[in-house]
Amino acid sequence: MNSCTERLKNGIITENPTFVMMLGMCPTLAVTSSAINGLGMGLTTTAVLVLSNVFISLLRKVIPDKVRIPAFIVVVASFVTIIQLLLKAFLPFLDSALGVYIPLIVVNCIILGRAEAYASKNPVVPSLFDGLGMGLGFTFGLTCIGICREILGAGAIFGKEFIPDDFHITFFVLAPGAFLVLAFLTAIQNKLKLPSATNVERDDSLSCGGNCASCVGASCVANKGIIEAERVAAKAAKAQAAKEAAEKAKAAKAAKAAEKKED
Amino acid sequence: MNLFVIIISSMLVSNVVLSQFLGICPFLGVSKKVGTAVGMGAAVTFVITIACMITYPIYYGILVPLKLEYLQTIAFILIIAALVQFVEMALKKFMPSLHASLGVYLPLITTNCAVLGVAINNISDGYNFIESLVCGICTALGFLIAIAILAGIRERIEYNNIPDSFKGTPIVLVTASLMAIAFCGFAGLV
Repeated sequence: MNSCTERLKNGIITENPTFVMMLGMCPTLAVTSSAINGLGMGLTTTAVLVLSNVFISLLRKVIPDKVRIPAFIVVVASFVTIIQLLLKAFLPFLDSALGVYIPLIVVNCIILGRAEAYASKNPVVPSLFDGLGMGLGFTFGLTCIGICREILGAGAIFGKEFIPDDFHITFFVLAPGAFLVLAFLTAIQNKLKLPSATNVERDDSLSCGGNCASCVGASCVANKGIIEAERVAAKAAKAQAAKEAAEKAKAAKAAKAAEKKED
Repeated sequence: MNLFVIIISSMLVSNVVLSQFLGICPFLGVSKKVGTAVGMGAAVTFVITIACMITYPIYYGILVPLKLEYLQTIAFILIIAALVQFVEMALKKFMPSLHASLGVYLPLITTNCAVLGVAINNISDGYNFIESLVCGICTALGFLIAIAILAGIRERIEYNNIPDSFKGTPIVLVTASLMAIAFCGFAGLV
């Protein structure tokens, strides 16, 4: 069970998806206007992540390598639909608060990323704990940002108001506040030199902004392949050009030598 | 008149990136240079337009008559994933020049939540075919506007002297925040 606790720690602290990996930014910014929404979104994502990790890990020997991404997407989408129907039935207030962001869990890069990087290569139990750890890390991140925004913007924590109306900065619960809170968060990480996707060396030549070392997105892998092929082609072209130039120079030299001889 | 309201609100007032927070990853990741940003925006526009055109008849032609509305999420994401592959192959075959300029961005779009988000929003808002098409195109243009402006500002920021801890992502997020404030100003339009 040692590896299971290690997976949990990895998800919550070492590779925290919100603070360290900076994955799943859309829900992070969109639903954190209050702590309760952040917590709800985090737990919903955790449920989908655990279920899809277990299921994909069970199917890892059945799914052919070439169609694994569509297969993962179908698995994730099915679980998202199940969770969405459950939320509609039992927690309607959360369903209306999160709205379109629940179906959008399908395209959350954390889930596909974990499926691709971990669940498709490892047995069921570690995959379950990997999903649980990552999900709880995401929940922790969303709840923290939600608490910050709610205190600043609405003077409350989990809906309990403790700062009088006159001192609310409504800006922070609106859209621009989300960007600003995240900006300060990443700035603090940069200042303290904490491990984070924002303060590692990046390969600027990549069109997606780089940081492929920790990126596990399927599209990113595809993209990397394309760029790699382009680089190889460019290198080959360069080598070819150099060869041609060398040959030309040789020919010119030979011609000169011949001319000299004729003289 | 109704169409005009849809155009203004989907392009400016509820801008897909700055007020709906869809497609943040490409917005922050591919906005280093104006050229690549516009390429990404164009590719997104292309895919969203076609996705809106296809998801609408599939929802009202297949899912609703069969009472399968709850399969919406699965159906749409599969359509979009297949569509992106198909668009890439078609472009490669018939328009190699366009493929050369958009090709790198196309695989990235499958996991762009803006495409799925617009398709789902069109259905939940009860738009008809023309309205959802217009909404899709204008949302995508809103994305193009936002990412092009951000890329322009980032090119200027390169030469500015900013505090060490704000270099990189933080200053981009601050810029996005200021842009979101500016776009809040459009709220009075409709």
